[in-house]
Amino acid sequence: MEASKVIHAIYTDDDVLMSAVKKVKAEKHHIEEIYTPFPVHGLDKAMGLAPTRIAITAFMYGLVGLTVAIVMMNFIMIEDWPQNIGGKPSFSYIENMPAFVPIMFELTVFFAAHLMVITFYLRSRMWPFKEAENPDPRTTDDHFLMEIAVHGNENELESLLKETGAVEVNLVDKAH
Amino acid sequence: MYTFSNKLKTFSFILMILGALGVGYGFLTSHKSLEEVKTMLAEEASHHGGGHAEEATHAVADTHAEKGHEAAAHVTDAHHGDKHAKHVQHQIHNRPWSALYVAAFFFMMIALGILAFYAIQIASQAGWSPVLFRVMEGMTAYLLPGALIVVAIAMFSGDHIFVWMNENMTNPDHADYDKLVAGKSGWLNKTGFLIRALIFIGGWSLYRHFSRKFSIAQDTAEDKSNFKKSFRIAAGFLVFFIYTESMMSWDWIMSVDPHWFSTLFGWYVFASMFVSGITVLALITLYLKSKGQLEFVNENHLHDVAKFMFAFSIFWTYLWFSQFMLIWYSNIPEEVTYFVTRFQDYKLPFLGMVVMNFVFPILMLMNADYKRIPWFVVMAGLVILAGHYIDIFNMIMPATVGDRWFIGIPEISSVLLFAGLFIFIVFTALTKAPLLVKGYPFRKESEEFHY
Repeated sequence: MEASKVIHAIYTDDDVLMSAVKKVKAEKHHIEEIYTPFPVHGLDKAMGLAPTRIAITAFMYGLVGLTVAIVMMNFIMIEDWPQNIGGKPSFSYIENMPAFVPIMFELTVFFAAHLMVITFYLRSRMWPFKEAENPDPRTTDDHFLMEIAVHGNENELESLLKETGAVEVNLVDKAH
Repeated sequence: MYTFSNKLKTFSFILMILGALGVGYGFLTSHKSLEEVKTMLAEEASHHGGGHAEEATHAVADTHAEKGHEAAAHVTDAHHGDKHAKHVQHQIHNRPWSALYVAAFFFMMIALGILAFYAIQIASQAGWSPVLFRVMEGMTAYLLPGALIVVAIAMFSGDHIFVWMNENMTNPDHADYDKLVAGKSGWLNKTGFLIRALIFIGGWSLYRHFSRKFSIAQDTAEDKSNFKKSFRIAAGFLVFFIYTESMMSWDWIMSVDPHWFSTLFGWYVFASMFVSGITVLALITLYLKSKGQLEFVNENHLHDVAKFMFAFSIFWTYLWFSQFMLIWYSNIPEEVTYFVTRFQDYKLPFLGMVVMNFVFPILMLMNADYKRIPWFVVMAGLVILAGHYIDIFNMIMPATVGDRWFIGIPEISSVLLFAGLFIFIVFTALTKAPLLVKGYPFRKESEEFHY
């Protein structure tokens, strides 16, 4: 069961936030989420997030694009109607391959880039008309927010967070 | 301070001696008389008729069979026989010269490539690379002797490498007269070649000399004036370099085929020298680090160098393919013969180098984690270097030895000779100054660099 109560600790400096994350991790509390207005270098490492595998997906999408380009042009230019166009050798794919390389390259990049972006949108649940999940609008400007689940230990947590330099610590009922 | 270990010094001397012996052997065995060449061709022709199946088991079966085939076609043509034999004799004479020239150019271009890289690092005020500056400076020490050797070989070999150096080609009354070469003699003449070469080498060496001087002076200086000076001359050198490098590639490489020209050739040669230079930088850095000499270099620096190896391998391929595809597509006879000879007689090296210089590095060095593993970078680097040697080989050999090529004793010994010389000069230069630049403004950033 998800915790229905969470603590929101708000910081105004990314360095303070980083040291706070390390302290909270050392005390073995689970950080649900951190909201920042900009990428904080090293935050994912400090939180212990698993590295992204999106580059691996992009590589595979690129291979798909390359395959699509080869199969498509082999069918159209070599198998279906091997015309003599300006004396280019259309007897086999390999003989005419230099002419196909620009398309092979572009489709590789096209598939790798677009499918990777779509993968990113799907995995991070972003789409038009999506309702923003922002707990505090200040986090898009100049505040940093750390969300920690509460399991009846709010007092202990509150004092710990105050100690780490939080400018505000709020106990929030999370409506599910 | 780094000390040149005796082991490495002995190793470099062994390379040089072995190489010199092999080069000498190459020259001794290449002097065949016309009669010898004729008997050889006749033997090859009869060989072709008899033992096709036997040859297939031979390691170099393909090239042998092809050679035999061509020789047979020519020799049976009786009145062509004499002319053909003379042609083949010339190609056999050219081989040790070309082998020496390819190897000399290959090691010279490593030094020149890294000099350009060094200037770019300074002009762009890169924050990651200052810890590698001394390694780069050591490598560029080879530039002056290396480039002079290249020019010396070119001048001494005469028409063994550059046909246009044959004076008779511009003489309308001589049988060797060549209208196209004569038309280009305003640029392609020995005096002009030598003057241009000295200007190129002079400019590069001056930059090398002063950048090194300012770099060492900055170690003990109290202000940043040496850094500012080195920044300014780096910017000036890069302008000079891109012009002279382009002209150097016309003179020293493209003119082996004086009937052929390509506009992006200078860039293409540049890509080759740049990626070879960076690869050797990675190898020397890893060697010095394994000896405990560069404790301030970590895997983040290696990662960046490997990224350059990866990116410029792709850049090389882009230029190689652009040059090839434009000529293949339009198929204009005066341009396309260049690739026709390479495709007919050099199929394995011509296509093999694309695998070694493109397919291999793109697959090996794409993963970010692999770029941080020393042995992985070394393996990829050795393949890239071999690939770029073959690249230069493919530029020179088809014009000088034609289908009489082989990577045998003359070629391998020439590489050994210049590899030994390169190691000796570079590591001697490395002992002359501390391996870490002291007063360089970006030193601290570079030491703490992490990716």
